[in-house]
Amino acid sequence: MLKTLILLLAFCAGFSIMTVELLGGRILAPYFGGSIYVWGSIITVFMLALSIGYLAGGKLSTQSPNTRKYGSLFIFSGLALFPLILFSESIMQWVFLQIEDPRFGSLTGAMLLFFIPTTLMGMIAPYSVRLLIESTENSGQTAGFLYFVSTIGSALGTIMTSFYFVLWFEINTILWVVFAVFMLAGGLATGYYYYDKK
Amino acid sequence: MIKNKRFGLIAFLLGLLLAHSAHAAKTLQTEKSLYRNIVVIEEGNRRCMIFESRNDPPPYQSCMDLRNKDKLVFNYTKLILSGLLYNPKPKRILVIGLGGGTLPVALNKMVPEAIIESVEIDPAVVKLARKYFHYEDNNKVSTHIFDGRVYVKRALLKKQQYDWIILDAFNGDYIPEHLMTQEYFAELRGLLSDEGIITSNTFSDSRLYDHESVTYHKVFGDFYNLRRRSTGNRIVLAAKSDELVSMNRIKRHANQLRHKFSKFGVDPQWILKHFRKSKDWNEEARSLSDQYSPANLLK
Repeated sequence: MLKTLILLLAFCAGFSIMTVELLGGRILAPYFGGSIYVWGSIITVFMLALSIGYLAGGKLSTQSPNTRKYGSLFIFSGLALFPLILFSESIMQWVFLQIEDPRFGSLTGAMLLFFIPTTLMGMIAPYSVRLLIESTENSGQTAGFLYFVSTIGSALGTIMTSFYFVLWFEINTILWVVFAVFMLAGGLATGYYYYDKK
Repeated sequence: MIKNKRFGLIAFLLGLLLAHSAHAAKTLQTEKSLYRNIVVIEEGNRRCMIFESRNDPPPYQSCMDLRNKDKLVFNYTKLILSGLLYNPKPKRILVIGLGGGTLPVALNKMVPEAIIESVEIDPAVVKLARKYFHYEDNNKVSTHIFDGRVYVKRALLKKQQYDWIILDAFNGDYIPEHLMTQEYFAELRGLLSDEGIITSNTFSDSRLYDHESVTYHKVFGDFYNLRRRSTGNRIVLAAKSDELVSMNRIKRHANQLRHKFSKFGVDPQWILKHFRKSKDWNEEARSLSDQYSPANLLK
């Protein structure tokens, strides 16, 4: 049961990361345009944030790992989306006034909006691996399977967002759903912790 | 003998090729830019700028008549001149989307006292417009390499005002979606002088027609719609003021402009007959905004 839960949550995290990344282009375009460098800024920030998240998540997983802490990663990831949902326009307006060059403007904007939530989301994958691993012998296989599930999630998140979600919903509606998914995921992991202790 | 046969075949094929290319387009230059491949071709008496695409025919951006360089080739370009029928004496003009530069060049001649700013995102387009289409900066015409949205936001900060904004940034293939939202239209409206207008070259077919019309109406209220069903083009002519200039006045201007336009191969009466004010779109359609802008998916 633990295994299924973690794979499901890692899938959701992978899905959500790409949903947020793709919407990033939409969110920045009104201020910095739709040029290749705007996408460059977004991808740079996401890669940077994920890499730091992997490092931090791995580190955190060495300190008595449990599903309660795991759940709080989801809760914090969700909460970190608040500035993006509520204040993205004022944040970008501010950046727009400070920085004329749309390359560094979009890089700064992407940094302010996406760096923290994406770093937190990046922590989920290595932590999931730690919770799943039972022996060193199978560790590679376990990690491989976890990455398989979460990356399939990312692929689906990408195609669903760009093909359908943007056609059906407003950006903020989609982001609120992502927020709800993170809260629910956090709740499930925390719930499992107390259920398991009993 | 065999050799001769082969030679004959080659000569025959070569002849075919030549006969074919006499009618086909001659490519003058292909330029790879950050955004696309741009080709300048000559076919018959025309020189055209094309954005390479899988569509057949590919989207022609601009054409110049080599026998008479002043002559406007495309009907949609002529229809954009509806802006002059509405207000024959604009003092400041903003052109968003340059293509071959046909419009700024023509407007510079038609309204020599007007200040014209062209905004184009792709430096390669500007380069080719200068090289092949006689586009050039002068004391009235200036060129700015910017995204159309970013330029407008900066112009708002500088409190610029324009009497006429021409939005010509959509080719048939791809719509920059952040240039087709109600927030963007509101920004454009914010740049207009009290008598100012916007003419937007856009689409008249597909589901997008309803969504886009609703969006324009939301920001500008009633507008003139110059629609050509046959080509899928239309011009939206919207004004900052609540009251649109009457058709009678537009007709009067059309008569005054006849002489001025003739040099460019444009008949103001032909433009005049495209003016419509009726709302021939589905008013229930969802408007486009920065939050909801799937323009390319609705096309």
